[in-house]
Amino acid sequence: MLKQTEGSRAVAETVAYCRPEVIAAYPISPQTHIVEELSRLVKSGALKPCEYVNVESEFAAMSMCIGASAAGARTYTATASQGLLYMVEALYNASGLGLPIVMTVANRAIGAPINIWNDHSDTMSQRDSGWIQLYARDNQEAADLHPQAFRLAEELSLPVMVCMDGFVLTHAWERIEVPEQTQVDAFLPPYEPRQVLDPDEPVSIGAMVGPDAFTEVRYLAHAKQMQALEAIPRIAEEFREAFGRSSGGLVHPYACEDAETIVVVLGSVFGTVCDVVDEMRERGVRIGALAITSFRPFPLEAVRTVLGGARQVVVLERALAVGIGGIVSANVRTALSGIQLAGHTVVAGLGGRPITKESLHRLFDDAVAGRLEQLTFLDLNTELVERELARMAKTRRSGPSAENILRDVGSNR
Amino acid sequence: MSAAPQVKFYQVGSFAAGNRLLGPEAQSDQADPGRSNALTCGHRACQGCGEALGARYALDAAQRAAGGKVIAVNATGCLEVFSTPYPETSWQLPWLHSLFGNAPAVAAGVAAALRAKGRTDVRVVGQGGDGGTVDIGLGCLSGMFERNDDVLYICYDNEAYMNTGVQRSGATPATARTATTQAVGEQPGAPFGQGKSLPLIAMAHEIPYVATATVAGLRDLEAKVHRAMGMRGARYLHVLVPCPLGWGTASHDTVRIARLAEQTGLFPVFEATGGVVTDVTPIRRRVPVEEYLRPQKRYAHLFTPEPRTDVIARLQRVADRNIARFGLLAQEEEVSS
Repeated sequence: MLKQTEGSRAVAETVAYCRPEVIAAYPISPQTHIVEELSRLVKSGALKPCEYVNVESEFAAMSMCIGASAAGARTYTATASQGLLYMVEALYNASGLGLPIVMTVANRAIGAPINIWNDHSDTMSQRDSGWIQLYARDNQEAADLHPQAFRLAEELSLPVMVCMDGFVLTHAWERIEVPEQTQVDAFLPPYEPRQVLDPDEPVSIGAMVGPDAFTEVRYLAHAKQMQALEAIPRIAEEFREAFGRSSGGLVHPYACEDAETIVVVLGSVFGTVCDVVDEMRERGVRIGALAITSFRPFPLEAVRTVLGGARQVVVLERALAVGIGGIVSANVRTALSGIQLAGHTVVAGLGGRPITKESLHRLFDDAVAGRLEQLTFLDLNTELVERELARMAKTRRSGPSAENILRDVGSNR
Repeated sequence: MSAAPQVKFYQVGSFAAGNRLLGPEAQSDQADPGRSNALTCGHRACQGCGEALGARYALDAAQRAAGGKVIAVNATGCLEVFSTPYPETSWQLPWLHSLFGNAPAVAAGVAAALRAKGRTDVRVVGQGGDGGTVDIGLGCLSGMFERNDDVLYICYDNEAYMNTGVQRSGATPATARTATTQAVGEQPGAPFGQGKSLPLIAMAHEIPYVATATVAGLRDLEAKVHRAMGMRGARYLHVLVPCPLGWGTASHDTVRIARLAEQTGLFPVFEATGGVVTDVTPIRRRVPVEEYLRPQKRYAHLFTPEPRTDVIARLQRVADRNIARFGLLAQEEEVSS
């Protein structure tokens, strides 16, 4: 049903139509509206049978999901930022045990300095956790990815993260086609676990594995993610047939056929980037954009196919790999190995800094003109940074940098 | 209803009044040749392992009480490692291990799934050592208590991290030597005033049932498991399980040492419902703490090179305080009067 609604609410309603049987959640901004709505749906009886469990931490939330999923229940949670990091030990465990848990991550920066606004630092830190990671370009896709995520998770017996930009998507009100219960039921069959804790057929899950088999078990985790490269587009196609709109898949190219410069992004900034691409195209610039929806597994072939013909690639990173630069860039470079092509890493929008069309125009113009450095921090206030660096060089006790910079920002006003 | 007998049984050091003389209803779960045998032989625990003994009795009793419908969730630790070296397993019931610090939350997740599926017949038991329970798992355990999740959680307390080579835990008693509380310096071993009583912490959550037990009272352990399984909600059982390796005791002394822990008052055995102590196992033959400390190498520094009578006296005061606090000598006084 088409309605004017909030991203979080559309996601919560869609998740409810997926009929999760256990939801364990701990509140953290900007995920809160999703779990608030789900708690209401469960308590009001609109979603049943379902156990909504208020837990004492994200570590407990994921742990409870592990138990519930292993006992054969369709299981869901949502988190963000520090909460995702607080879950880390259990995240690896969930994927290692092959439990098809679905989790929404409302992407948010990681402190210190504490910052509640959007970037991809949280989920990027979990790129090797064995979870499938799907990034939504808009709220329609954020909602639509959830039935697909449950299908994918349960087909492959792997956990799936649906990543949606915090605030930018979670708190944005827009027209969203929220699926109907009957549609979701037809698309998503009831969960049939591959292994389940059953007194009539006892199994031991989570045994100690030594060097004789550990590599093989890890290889299987990789092999299953490789299977997801086939399953993700197939499920997206089935979704399109069932719901009449396309969401998901591995990648989304925009105006890439003849593009000399292609901008690679994940998540909601794709919309702004496409607008800028349109405007530059009007000026005759051969530029395109590529959204990567499936970051894990990383679609090497699909990325190579789209980017292979370009002259240069600009990767817009929403997280920083401190000490080297870009995380997505490294993955893109792997996809392009053997292809001669200029690559640029642009770190943008950290901690919720707006990525404006104006900045993007400047950036892409520089790229097209060959003026772009290998590593660029979009809209970095170099004056502020240099002042603090000078202060740090002058005295051993320069004080806390973040506070110094905030004071400088204040004095500039 | 619980199948456990309502009378108290005492192990008297002989088998004269063993199971054979009792009616089938009153016999030990272990006396039943058709018992569930949740933890089978062939596992890799050390000789004389108190935890293996405690776990087998506890889970067999839980199985019997639940008509065989039990799912066990295990924290990382000795019990997990010695029972499931892949591709083998000693567990004959559905068993799940996830992490060190999350067994109570995982067990609660299993319980939530069963509730959602309407499986009221299947029951959940969580279990872990003292490290996984008292230290790293305490947050999850407190959450499980607070929500009153339908889980019986059993802590097998051997008073240190035995699986990693005997380092101190929050349950390590004062003066005990571990690899991280060495027997050196002015105050050798674990310091006084540290450590925590998880049974008392559990009681503060006012959950339906809290009890302590030792492997010296296996009938008592079985009866408490039966009582706990007859209830719903969060239940906690704290079982003292001596560790021959970590405590430096003879393999054949495990049960004797556990009994001495009870008889000195250092490990009070009691039951509580809704946060109130309802029953204690009285000390029938009170022994000074020295008798308990002397056979254990972890306390050797209290006796050599010269006896630390001051420290032993301080430990005696700890035992005396337990005896007073829980009224452990009440019955003896009754008998003697």
